[in-house]
Amino acid sequence: MPAFLLKRLINAAGVMLAVAFIAFLIFRFVGDPVELMLNEQASQQQRDELRVRLGLDKGFVLQFATFVGNAVRGDFGISYRNQQEVFTLIAERFPATFELVLVATFLSLAVGIPLGVYTAIRRDSVLARTLEFVSVLGVSLPSFALGILFILVFSVSLQWLPAFGRGEIVQIGWWSTGFLTPSGRKALILPSITLSLFQITLVMRLVRAEMLETMRTDFIRFARARGLPARAVHFGHALRNCLMPVITVTGLQIGNLIAFALVTETVFQWPGMGMLFVQAVTFVDIPVMAAYLIVVSFIFVSLNTLVDLTYAWVDPRLRDDALTGAANAR
Amino acid sequence: MTKAWLLAAAAAMALSGAAEAKTLKWGAAREIASLDPYSFGETFTLSVLNHVYEGLVRYTGDLKIEPALAESWETVSPTVWRFKLRQGVKFHNGNSFTADDVIASLERVTHETSPLKGNLPAYKSSKKVDDYTVEIEVNGPYPLLLNDLTNIFIFDKEWMEANNSLLPTDSGKGVKGYATDNANGTGPFSVESRRADSKTVYVKNPAWWDKPQHNIDRIEFTPITSASTRVAALLSGEIDFTNVAPLQDLPRLSASPDVKVLQTNELRSVFFAFNLKDSLFESDVKDKNPLKDIRVREALYRAIDIDAVQKRAMRGLSRNTGALVAPAIPGYEPSQDVRLPFDLDGAKKLLAAAGYPNGFSFQFNCQSDSLVNEEEFCQAVASMWSRAGLKPNLSLAPRSQQAPKRVKGDFDVISFGWANEPMIDAYSLLVQVLRSRSGTGGVFNWGNWGDPRIDALIDKAGVELDTPKRIAMMQEALKIAKAEHLFVPLHQQPMAWAMRSTVANTVQASDNKPRLWLTTMK
Amino acid sequence: MLAEKIRPAETAPRQPGRLRRFLDSDIGWSFRTTPAAWLSALVLALLVLTAILAPLIAPQNPYDLSQIFIDKAEIPPIWQDGGEWPFLLGTDPQGRDVLSAILYGSRVSLIIGFAAVIVSMLVGVSIGLAAGFYGGRIDNLLMRLGDTVLSIPTLLMAILVSAIFREMLPPSLREPFAAVVLVLSIALTSWVQYARTVRALTMVERRKEYVLAARIIRVPASRIMARHILPNTMTPVLVAATLNLGLAILSEATLSFLGVGMPITQPSLGTLIRIGNQYLFSGSWWLVVFPSLQLGLIVLSVNLLGDWLRDALNPKLR
Repeated sequence: MPAFLLKRLINAAGVMLAVAFIAFLIFRFVGDPVELMLNEQASQQQRDELRVRLGLDKGFVLQFATFVGNAVRGDFGISYRNQQEVFTLIAERFPATFELVLVATFLSLAVGIPLGVYTAIRRDSVLARTLEFVSVLGVSLPSFALGILFILVFSVSLQWLPAFGRGEIVQIGWWSTGFLTPSGRKALILPSITLSLFQITLVMRLVRAEMLETMRTDFIRFARARGLPARAVHFGHALRNCLMPVITVTGLQIGNLIAFALVTETVFQWPGMGMLFVQAVTFVDIPVMAAYLIVVSFIFVSLNTLVDLTYAWVDPRLRDDALTGAANAR
Repeated sequence: MTKAWLLAAAAAMALSGAAEAKTLKWGAAREIASLDPYSFGETFTLSVLNHVYEGLVRYTGDLKIEPALAESWETVSPTVWRFKLRQGVKFHNGNSFTADDVIASLERVTHETSPLKGNLPAYKSSKKVDDYTVEIEVNGPYPLLLNDLTNIFIFDKEWMEANNSLLPTDSGKGVKGYATDNANGTGPFSVESRRADSKTVYVKNPAWWDKPQHNIDRIEFTPITSASTRVAALLSGEIDFTNVAPLQDLPRLSASPDVKVLQTNELRSVFFAFNLKDSLFESDVKDKNPLKDIRVREALYRAIDIDAVQKRAMRGLSRNTGALVAPAIPGYEPSQDVRLPFDLDGAKKLLAAAGYPNGFSFQFNCQSDSLVNEEEFCQAVASMWSRAGLKPNLSLAPRSQQAPKRVKGDFDVISFGWANEPMIDAYSLLVQVLRSRSGTGGVFNWGNWGDPRIDALIDKAGVELDTPKRIAMMQEALKIAKAEHLFVPLHQQPMAWAMRSTVANTVQASDNKPRLWLTTMK
Repeated sequence: MLAEKIRPAETAPRQPGRLRRFLDSDIGWSFRTTPAAWLSALVLALLVLTAILAPLIAPQNPYDLSQIFIDKAEIPPIWQDGGEWPFLLGTDPQGRDVLSAILYGSRVSLIIGFAAVIVSMLVGVSIGLAAGFYGGRIDNLLMRLGDTVLSIPTLLMAILVSAIFREMLPPSLREPFAAVVLVLSIALTSWVQYARTVRALTMVERRKEYVLAARIIRVPASRIMARHILPNTMTPVLVAATLNLGLAILSEATLSFLGVGMPITQPSLGTLIRIGNQYLFSGSWWLVVFPSLQLGLIVLSVNLLGDWLRDALNPKLR
């Protein structure tokens, strides 16, 4: 086990180094920050001076080494756009994204599991067929189009829910939360539903497939043969048996949800990390882009490694075959 | 202090707040770059920060210069200006405003790492005469110092010293400046809290030196970048005011009983500029540059059906113009504000006469996030040009992608907007755009469109202190540019603000800067 | 692919060709008896056909500026008051016919989607074959590369790759090559799945006796891979490709919606939705609704087909 642990950790570190290299490539080759930072009236000389001050004139390897060294210490420099520390910028917006992803994950489990169970045990009913069709529809509709539709219906026509932002937020230490105020909770509804729809269908299909598979196994047959009521068989045996993969996939999907949140955040003007990133892309605010990539990948890789390790701990057979990214088929 | 007393005080504050506190929720199109006005030379950031910080002088609602932190001024010699400062002014932290603050601020803004250095090009040095008198020396005779000073905001020296911010934030050093997140000005509002991209709260400064004409206690500033979301927020009452109402949504906004729209034309004039170098950037004509032929430029001018552009692309809200500067800008002449008529056949004849009966292809560079409805009018004009037989190759992308190409001169025709701010004088356009490149002149002369006659007039006007003479020189220069069709003028772009009926009254000047200290609420 | 196969059935049903064989096979039976499968194949065929034939059937060429008149801006769909022939689905603020824009836009979306899937399939299959066949260091290196790609969320990766590619091109080439950049950025984020599948199957195949025999008589490795191993890996690869086509089309639309995809001068469906979104409140609902519907319909039919194919080829679910 320690050898496996070490191997996985080295693996994760290697992946993070590769990610850092990509981030650095962006840092080095994308856009010309000088054009965007300087005033309209700046002269050529001022432009050259700024280039030197930003270190854009130094050698490639030196720049990469400096970059990695700083990134490890959480120092991503300051944003070209608003001169704030990039780390602070991201830390400030992290709670918004996290709460959104958390609620979306909760929704996907709370809605996805029952639907999955239902479509598995009532395979041939009309409702199950309809739900299956709707689930394909769910993965076929682009989430931005859905978000726009929601705004049109629930914000503009019915005026039930806010069209943008987080509502009133409460500051607890460095964390800001929207859970504690009515307007904050209201503001979460539309974005979290939009974000979770894809995830709901994913969970539902996974539960359905797992359930169908489990129900064919011998121990379910034996349970039936023993005359246990259907309810007990379905929920006590079958469902419990397929919860592990569901939890795993949900865990692995959190990284993807954080990334996909950038679309939802753009549509709902949700002040999270994703919106920060999209704005950074339009402004070619390279330190923010690079830092976002590293932070999100770090969360992603950590979750994957954690899931791998837990699995290996639970089931020693899996120690040879890492699960990394198995759920990243989105 | 006892706990009971604190509670009582809190309750009293809450009560008085509930009784009459007036909060204006401002939904802007984007976030300001920083709370430090010297961090980013950008008009919108400066206009928001003008609520917190003030300059020695300021513009009134009808764009006349009036005293602000300076009470009066005089020129001691052609290169030395003496300012008498207002006494009894306090910064938000309670410090008094004195000559030292002015000098420290001027040093900070003109420091070599300051992105705003170019906004005060004539500055040489400043010295304190007494606590309330400052002398500013300029490089040479310079008529526009006051105009420049409207946007040079004054910091508190002690505050900057205490927070290690005497120098502007240097992005190259990668260390955040204190002034980026904190503010301490003399203005009508102070910053209560800031959460970038989410909400910044400004509260009334009770100790403001000027008599407030506003009744706003609190401004909640929220950037909402998506135009349609902003409109939704205004319609549903989540915001009270926006300074960028999308033109296409004005009818819908006006139709709502709770919303009113304020609409006028900006100072910004929009025109097309040409690549006048020896060859075109991207064309089927390789050996020469057709745009250097004045007949070709005139053909492009005449091929534009400006009324269709105005009616459709600009939704009937732009002001068509034949001049390169707006009527409010010194240097404008009504006689010059006459367009060549739309004449498609004439355009075709001119092209044929110039030797291009079948037209030619060229690259047409527009930005999707810069001017008002730029995507729309560029596409409309491109289709008009193609009907005249030309083959415009429209390149339309955000500023971050287009700007590098424009600066390098990698284009044949570009859309261009110039507001002449913060100078509010045609000299701004002349020296920065029309002047051939030399020194600080012609920074925006991307397409090599200079003319020696114009250059000579600009250089003379730049040191002329007699206003009528100076204006006559500028008018002469603009006349030559017009006669040569160096640019094809289009319009003064529209600007639209929208507000809920809770906003009783505000002043919308053509510089498109919200002045909430002149705004009242119901 | 399947979509095109069913069309000749209407004209020449009696010829016992490949189609007959397909329809008579197990898969074919499943296809005929699953309405979701043949219906979506029919819809997809129709959508692909109209997109391919766009230059012939669209009332207007939305790229030809001289055909667009701004006087015809924002005409509502024909059944509404103010609707005008030939603008069936209305016009945009430029006076561009929405139906034509959608047909041409679908073409862009479909081409990018297909191209991205083909490129990622080619890359993934080659890498998977090489890794599985040679094993050892090559395998290790290639699979680590795959791990890295998978440790960055796909959407994020696609945005970044497209940003890097775009910046590597000289500014004047960025717009003409926007589609290529998109294809590459989507393909480079989705090849790993193919690679892993093919690698696993290759490792199984290469130990089989016929491969060993071929190696003994010195058949070149490339020939063994192409002739013997590859055909055995095709079924799961095709299923994955069909399912990925929907994702690729959605990715393209998402990138274009975020403003980092196709430029407004060569709009894809995603670009059209982004533009339409700006007019959400001005009453021009048709600018956002129709392109969204078209996009949903394309992806839905692709996904239904993919789902069916996966289930039909999975013996466990029969």
